[in-house]
Amino acid sequence: MPGMVLKAFFPTCCASADSGLLVGRWVPEQSSAVVLAVVHFPFIPIQVKELLAQVHQASRVGLAVLGTWCHRRQETEESLGHFLEGLGAIFSHEPWLQLCRERGSKLWSCKATRRQVPPHPGAPYEDQVMLVFYDQRKVLLSQLHPPAAVPDRQAGDATASAGGLAAVFDTVARSEALFRSDRFDEGPVRLSHWQSEGVEASILAELAKRASGPICVLLACLLSLISAASACRVFKLWPLSFIWSKLSVCEQLRHRLEQLTLVFSTQKAENPTQLMRKANVLVSVLLDVALGLALLSWLHGKDRIGQLAEALVPVADHVAEELQHLLQWLMGAPAGLKMNRALDQVLGRFFLYHLHLWISYIHLMSPFIERILWHVGLSACLGLTVALSILSDIIALLTFHIYCFYVYGARLYCLKICGLSSLWRLFRGKKWNVLRQRVDSCSYDLDQLFIGTLLFTILVFLLPTTALYYLVFTLLRLLVVAVQGLIHLLVDLINSLPLYSLGLRLCRPYRLAAGVKFRVLEHEAGRPLRLLMQINPLPYCRVVHTYRLPSCGCHPTHSWGSLCRKLFFGELIYPWRQRGDKQD
Amino acid sequence: MEDEQSFSDICGGRLALQRRYYSSSCREFCLSCPRLSLRSLTAVTCTVWLAAYGLFTLCENSMILSAAIFITLLGLLGYLHFVKIDQETLLIIDSLGIQMTSSYASGKECTTFIEMGKVKDVVINEAVYMDPVEPDGISQVVPVFQSAKPRLDCLIEVYRSCQEILAHQKATSPSP
Repeated sequence: MPGMVLKAFFPTCCASADSGLLVGRWVPEQSSAVVLAVVHFPFIPIQVKELLAQVHQASRVGLAVLGTWCHRRQETEESLGHFLEGLGAIFSHEPWLQLCRERGSKLWSCKATRRQVPPHPGAPYEDQVMLVFYDQRKVLLSQLHPPAAVPDRQAGDATASAGGLAAVFDTVARSEALFRSDRFDEGPVRLSHWQSEGVEASILAELAKRASGPICVLLACLLSLISAASACRVFKLWPLSFIWSKLSVCEQLRHRLEQLTLVFSTQKAENPTQLMRKANVLVSVLLDVALGLALLSWLHGKDRIGQLAEALVPVADHVAEELQHLLQWLMGAPAGLKMNRALDQVLGRFFLYHLHLWISYIHLMSPFIERILWHVGLSACLGLTVALSILSDIIALLTFHIYCFYVYGARLYCLKICGLSSLWRLFRGKKWNVLRQRVDSCSYDLDQLFIGTLLFTILVFLLPTTALYYLVFTLLRLLVVAVQGLIHLLVDLINSLPLYSLGLRLCRPYRLAAGVKFRVLEHEAGRPLRLLMQINPLPYCRVVHTYRLPSCGCHPTHSWGSLCRKLFFGELIYPWRQRGDKQD
Repeated sequence: MEDEQSFSDICGGRLALQRRYYSSSCREFCLSCPRLSLRSLTAVTCTVWLAAYGLFTLCENSMILSAAIFITLLGLLGYLHFVKIDQETLLIIDSLGIQMTSSYASGKECTTFIEMGKVKDVVINEAVYMDPVEPDGISQVVPVFQSAKPRLDCLIEVYRSCQEILAHQKATSPSP
């Protein structure tokens, strides 16, 4: 656009290169020229045009010769100046850029001339030029967030659909074919760009790439065998499938198996996001296994397993004793409240007997506990998350009696509340209409009313006792659920934290770019404006938010309001509902 | 071309506005906030330490004193790194965009760059300076000089210069 300032994006590595031709891409919508490389003398124009056509075919980026670059030693190289101006006739480009620099000084001069007659009268033949320096290597390797819409690769020269600067990043990233030759190559054209001192490569990276193919195939076969074995019919039979669905270890192992299948699949990652996800999963699994092995070595040293097993039975006994004391307290006059003696004794004795059975089972199991713990401790080598899930399951198993008490108390309370509500309606002469789902008035017989009122009175007076038992056992259950919840939170954290992305943001911040920032360089009146474009890295919270891995999904689905409602009406709460579980 | 003027913010503190005209298409405005005053720092430290000493005489636990020292140090570092902004800069480059930088007292710099294609206009709205930006058709208002909170006279200066550049840019760009 005539009159608009022309922006020339110039790589910092070419600022000290010898004189030559500027090669790059011209974006007319933003009036910007992205310079990618400098072609040095001597060259044959036909060969330069051939090279540009080759690169265009390989990368679908429309490159052209944009102008000339003059790096003068002294003031007296006028002949070079005339020669360079003559080149404008061979490689015609609108507008023709002429950048010039004195060797050893910071004084630059730029000119952009147009040959054709300008479309509007009064528009200048020469455009104002603004130089923007950029680090080619960093711009090539970085990735903008949010990623701009990728233009169709088959559609030829990409239009700068996604904003001016995304077009610059896109151009540099797709012109990799231009940067493959360095100054040690014997090609016909000599280029200067970020890799002209030698193509960047690493032996370890190349070896890893070669080795990754067969390793991936091997591990993919192994993982598919394991998945096939776990999906076999035996495990779908009723007792086993019920147990598998309740244990959180199985859920965690399944999640890990899925993740490993994703990482070692033989398909290449289609876009950078998928590649990051694979890398994050791999690093997370490795860290998990490392922490698990550390835990394992700690557990198996100094006979800690034996100490743990010896401490387990007394702890279970102690918990049972405390529960007994609690029940004795409830059977007396808890907190000064007067209970209904008969119901109190019945409920108290029922729970005490249950507790007695539980203690007997624990004592029966006690000789085997050390063996079991030793074998279960070995599973920590699969990862710290597996060990934590096992801990959560052990807690659930050891507090199974509390769960049972909670269920009995809740069911009893729920029945009572249901009975009370329907009898309360009878007391007022109303009835619940199931068909219309509303309360209707109803005329009852005298004997119906009599019995109904009697039952209502009985239930009302027995309510405090049941409510107290329900309250106590619900609180205990919520305590156990809170402890399990904390463990699950920790497991989720380890599962979903994107460690590779965080490490990349720490060590190579230019790889994850939120945008760019500009700095105005030394400026003199009469000289063109020079800016330095640097990469603005993504903040850490955005990195975690963008690259967070999906976790097991065992989050409580209730809001506080619905939780309170369920507690009040005695409905059972299942806070850690796994995905795909059937309703009880 | 540089020039410096002093204004005051809405609380009455002194602000220094530095204007740099690099060229007709590039201008920079740098607003320096009042520095951290030794008086307020001493006052806060003395309060915290007196409170800690009071607790120590009650509880006879020397951990309280160490904890108070830690809290003061960490609090000061956190304040300098995350809260105290020394300078806010607005850089307008014709046909590139608008860049806003906040420099914190610890040296950290936080930069946001908005491309010119996304900037609809620069306006003064009830003495808070706002740039409406439209990504994906949704209007978003971005406040400028949030921490320095300059008064209207300072804002008018900056507003006039920005409008000059935007007018020039609109005249030469194709209509969206």
